[in-house]
Amino acid sequence: MLEYALARLLRMVVTMLVIVTGVFFATRLSGNAVDFIGGEGLSAADRATLVAYYGLDASWLEQYWRYLRALAEGNFGISLVERRPVSTIALERVGPSLQLLVGAVLLTLAVAVPAGTLAAVYRKSWAGSMIMGAAFLGYAIPNFVLAVLLILTLSFWLGWLPSSGNGSLAHFVMPVVALSAFYIASLTRFTRNAMLDVLSQDYLRTARAKGLAEPRVIFKHALRNALITILSVLGLQIAGLAAAGNVVIETIFAWRGIGEMLVSAALRRDYPVLQFGVIAVALAVILINTLVDLAYGAADPRVRLARS
Amino acid sequence: MTAPLLDVRDLCVAFRSRRGATPVVRNLSFSVGAGETVAIVGESGSGKSVTALSLMRLIEREGGAVTGGEMLFRPHDGPAVDLARLDEPAMRAIRGNAMSMIFQEPMTSLNPVLTIGEQVAEVLLAHRGIGAREAERAALAVLDEVQLTDPERRMRQYPHELSGGMRQRVMIAIALACRPRLLIADEPTTALDVTIQAGILDLIRALQQQTGTSVIFITHDMGVVAEMADRVVVMRQGEHVETARTADLFAAPQATYTRALLAAVPRLGAGAPIYAVPRAGRAEDAGDTGEVLRVEGLVTRFPIRKGPFRRHVANVHAVEDVSLTLRRGETLGLVGESGSGKSTIGRSILRLVEPTTGRILICGRDVTGLSQQAVRPLRRHAQMVFQDPYASLNPRLPVHELVTEPLAIHDRLPAPARREIAAELMRRVGLPADSLDRYPHQFSGGQRQRLAIARALSSRPRVIVADEPVSALDVSVQDQVIALMRELQDEFGIAYLFISHDLAVVERMSHRVAVLDRGRIVETGPTDAVLSDPRHPYTRDLLAAVPVADPALRHGPRRLALRERRSPINPVGFTPPAQHFAEAGPGHLVAV
Repeated sequence: MLEYALARLLRMVVTMLVIVTGVFFATRLSGNAVDFIGGEGLSAADRATLVAYYGLDASWLEQYWRYLRALAEGNFGISLVERRPVSTIALERVGPSLQLLVGAVLLTLAVAVPAGTLAAVYRKSWAGSMIMGAAFLGYAIPNFVLAVLLILTLSFWLGWLPSSGNGSLAHFVMPVVALSAFYIASLTRFTRNAMLDVLSQDYLRTARAKGLAEPRVIFKHALRNALITILSVLGLQIAGLAAAGNVVIETIFAWRGIGEMLVSAALRRDYPVLQFGVIAVALAVILINTLVDLAYGAADPRVRLARS
Repeated sequence: MTAPLLDVRDLCVAFRSRRGATPVVRNLSFSVGAGETVAIVGESGSGKSVTALSLMRLIEREGGAVTGGEMLFRPHDGPAVDLARLDEPAMRAIRGNAMSMIFQEPMTSLNPVLTIGEQVAEVLLAHRGIGAREAERAALAVLDEVQLTDPERRMRQYPHELSGGMRQRVMIAIALACRPRLLIADEPTTALDVTIQAGILDLIRALQQQTGTSVIFITHDMGVVAEMADRVVVMRQGEHVETARTADLFAAPQATYTRALLAAVPRLGAGAPIYAVPRAGRAEDAGDTGEVLRVEGLVTRFPIRKGPFRRHVANVHAVEDVSLTLRRGETLGLVGESGSGKSTIGRSILRLVEPTTGRILICGRDVTGLSQQAVRPLRRHAQMVFQDPYASLNPRLPVHELVTEPLAIHDRLPAPARREIAAELMRRVGLPADSLDRYPHQFSGGQRQRLAIARALSSRPRVIVADEPVSALDVSVQDQVIALMRELQDEFGIAYLFISHDLAVVERMSHRVAVLDRGRIVETGPTDAVLSDPRHPYTRDLLAAVPVADPALRHGPRRLALRERRSPINPVGFTPPAQHFAEAGPGHLVAV
């Protein structure tokens, strides 16, 4: 077990290092920050002063080395635009993003697992077809289109919900729905397939031969096995939710989270903020995957024993 | 006798499909008395398993339905109920309670994510109206009854931690937990080794005597029937053939089909084939001894790698210091239970797995040192026939390409020439010549095995490694395939390495046998000598465990030395002590 944990940690560190390096050089390839901060009428002398002030006159390798050393000390740098420590900015942003992420994951699980299970059990009736039809729709609509549709109907026409910003619970509804829709749809399909596979297994016949009632056969015997597959898919999905989904949805709903921070930082070449944002997302993805792996072990006794 | 416990009258079962209903059981009638054991026997497609599932009314789940007749069953001392007409809640109260069932596949019949304890206690909770504590205590008692070692620990274990035989004991515990009046056992030992089978059969019999349960025993194995049943119902293609007391059925079968079925059963002690003297060699072989295969000191070990860095922590010793020879026109039977290494030997010879050490000579050429590239031309001399005729034929190839594929590889023959050869091969293995353009799924299991044999024959090999070639087939089909293999041997002088767990089949095929136990040969010699005068304790156990298809020779409760199975997993670098053989007769060697 200890060996397993150590190997896991080592892999995390290596992954992070690769990501940090990639982001560092990619941001620098995209243009010099000073050109965005200073505006158009900047004189050559002023520009040189700014470049020196931000330490951008050193070679990339030297900047990289300085950056790594600062990171090791827990110093993420100072925003080029806002002139505040990145850590302060990030702390304001992490909370809202986490809210959105956790909300979306819970909604996905709460809708997709029961829906997929029902779709498998009632695969030959209209109920199963309805669920799969809805899932197909959710799968096909891009999240930004859905977000705009939601804003149009629920905010502009019906006036039920605020169209953007954070604050109340009402602000929370549309971003979470728009963010989850695709994942609900795909997890419903995965759940259905996993359940169909399990439903044809011999041990379900054994369960029925014991005289168990059908709900117990489905939820105790079948779903517990299907969860193993569902969990591994969920791990990949949350990674997608945390990374790509957040950026689009937070921007549309002006939700002041990490995703929105990333987009504005990228537009303004705010290197330190951008770098931190990417690192934060990557770290979240890695942590989530570790959690899913642990949950996977808890769900499948065969994995649990193999690790110990 | 009073009214029977179960009285089935004119049972009809059909499977629904888009094209209408296909009847699979037609007008079946039989009865089971209290405490009686009735065997339902038949080959695949006879409807015997469908009948069992219909009694449990689980057939609806498989897409079938009871379309006629009655199944009168007395779940308690009151009046009988018609199972065919009960609604689902009433059936649920009977299933696992008054009537329970054990299935064929112990490996897949238990839920992998629930502990053994939960799975046994569950049935008690469902029917007994007792609390969780009490159910757990009762479950432990049942596990003890089915003679599982260390039941306290088993309660907390998961199915994958148990062997097949142990899992089947758990299934029996689940089935008998609520003391059913009727136990339906659907091929409960078919997937198990003979020594494990003997233990399970003994257990079912003992528990039956203890509890007075009636048993319906569904099987295709006449040996098991003779061992277990009071009466026998023979079925064929969904129809009742005959019912008789077991002794009468074996002594004087009435129906033609029953007679044919009994005649086809391979019986131990029927005698091995007469030793065919290898014929005068062809010119190219002049001067050799007719030896086509020689294996010297074969060792095959599989590394076990563990942990994130894939460290090599141990070896599975699959084959350990095996030597054997095979001459033209000769069959060597390799016998052993699962895990004995018999298939690994076959695969090592063809270099389908890499031997660890040892020498393998095919037609006098050492193949062990050769690269995979260099081995390929030699493969034409040694072909293989596999156990599963469904999985071992490529479903996308038409038959004429399929059976001549070795020629396309070794001789690069063009399609028209191959087609001609294919027609000849088909004729030779007894398949219709006009089926050349058909695909494997259009053939039955026995026909597919003929295709596999035709494919192996196409490159005119000297040796065919046949890995359980008839194990998946019904006895009557088994018989025909064995006859074909022997004919081909006489005609072409092919040598077979015949791998099987079935001693009676091995006897019919083999001039010599080698008995394998955990990767080593423990006894080898002329078939008759080894089987009639077994010297090694393992060979004796194996022979004693085989059910005999003769009710007069029914075993008493056998006390098989319950051998603790030693693990074949050893640390890296471990070399087991060398083996020595003593001569028990001409060519008859026994490990000492």
